[in-house]
Amino acid sequence: MAPQVHNLQELRRSASLATKVFIQRDYSEGTICQFQTKFPPELDSRIERQLFEETVKTLNNFYAEAEKIGGSSYLEGCLACATAYFIFLCMETHYEKVLKKISRYIQEQNEKIFAPRGLLLTDPVERGMRVIEISIYEDRCSSGSSSSGSSSGSGGSSGGGGGGVGSR
Amino acid sequence: MSVMVVRKKVTRKWEKLPGRNTFCCDGRVMMARQKGIFYLTLFLILGTCTLFFAFECRYLAVQLSPAIPVFAAMLFLFSMATLLRTSFSDPGVIPRALPDEAAFIEMEIEATNGTVPQGQRPPPRIKNFQINNQIVKLKYCYTCKIFRPPRASHCSICDNCVERFDHHCPWVGNCVGKRNYRYFYLFILSLSLLTIYVFAFNIVYVALKSLKIGFLETLKETPGTVLEVLICFFTLWSVVGLTGFHTFLVALNQTTNEDIKGSWTGKNRVQNPYSHGNIVKNCCEVLCGPLPPSVLDRRGILPLEESGSRPPSTQETSSSLLPQSPVPTEPLSSNEMPEETSTPEEMPPPEPPEPPQEVTDAEK
Repeated sequence: MAPQVHNLQELRRSASLATKVFIQRDYSEGTICQFQTKFPPELDSRIERQLFEETVKTLNNFYAEAEKIGGSSYLEGCLACATAYFIFLCMETHYEKVLKKISRYIQEQNEKIFAPRGLLLTDPVERGMRVIEISIYEDRCSSGSSSSGSSSGSGGSSGGGGGGVGSR
Repeated sequence: MSVMVVRKKVTRKWEKLPGRNTFCCDGRVMMARQKGIFYLTLFLILGTCTLFFAFECRYLAVQLSPAIPVFAAMLFLFSMATLLRTSFSDPGVIPRALPDEAAFIEMEIEATNGTVPQGQRPPPRIKNFQINNQIVKLKYCYTCKIFRPPRASHCSICDNCVERFDHHCPWVGNCVGKRNYRYFYLFILSLSLLTIYVFAFNIVYVALKSLKIGFLETLKETPGTVLEVLICFFTLWSVVGLTGFHTFLVALNQTTNEDIKGSWTGKNRVQNPYSHGNIVKNCCEVLCGPLPPSVLDRRGILPLEESGSRPPSTQETSSSLLPQSPVPTEPLSSNEMPEETSTPEEMPPPEPPEPPQEVTDAEK
């Protein structure tokens, strides 16, 4: 029943937003950024459990890599301190580099896996790293079903927008 | 006939951010609203150092070594850089939940607690989590409509939830949290060293010059010395003590907020689950760990409305990327929990083993 949309723009034009699901943070490992891999029941009919879990696990791995405390992060920290943090005017931090990778990954996932199923993943960075927002779209053409949410471009904030990372 | 050039004004997200912050340089700089004490800090540091460089340094560079003003300059520049970095950066503010998200969380809470009859206060919203085999409670923030991550706290002065909230420091004019704690620590450390340095060399200067022209003559010639010594003396007690206190906190990977609340002390309380158990590891993580970028996106551009220059009103902008204040429903009415607006978010009260806190003494 999922609309055969292979283009994110097409998705937004032809489908209306039905509802949103929010994947919450998982704090069992401490304050590092991890998301729960529990499969939300709203997605039951839209996407395979395994695909979803794989996406979330990959994201979790990316975040773990960004926040990894080890030799290279210490080096970066010490070098930055030695230059009174002026070095960040010309250099990107390791964390920012990984966030860009995450953006690209989410965009890829949206194009390949989620959009064809009428779903859209929003980069957590645009939601303050609190949640992974998944927008569920109903196809307007085939819809007779309830579309409760607003039909505006609320999905417009996503599509792997890598520009979500603000300045320091 | 005059031609009017209409320039499209780009609205950036910082202009519509909730919370009580001030933004400068088109969103690049972020501070608290009350900046008076910050200006005082700047004035004291700049004033004292100017006097030192102008008077004592000239004499000491000739009599003792030219390295003296060089080191002083390095310390001064480093402490100014870290001060400005602490004051101007985002401490780790957690953006408020958008209406969809808030409604979703609200539904989840109702599912767990059941709906509350009208007029009754809803139960406190707390989620329990296990971190490293310790149970940690997550509290719901009524203002930001989110479950606060562990170690986050809501600053009542800035009206924001801040990650790894330490305290709100009026001397730097900003909250101290996850993203700027290391700058804050380096600032008070370098300021302590600078204070000790200036104090010591003022004494040396007075001593050396007194041998030649006498004590009273020295003071008459450079009256600024007295002022510097006074400022340094009072600063020493507060800033050096504060540095010691924060060194203790860093070594244990605790925040001032947790220390005041006694989160990890006492027999019946859990042990600090964030500490690695090793002082060096804790220090490395707090001071040299990875630095997350700001998630506020202050300089992002807000989508323009169809109607053009009309400032977007709170309820109309449907596709807004910013948290708007939703129409409060029954359970969401502003039941501010007592803990939320209490003082632990603010300056630490005086404690016996610690020297006078940030509020009291004049800082250099």
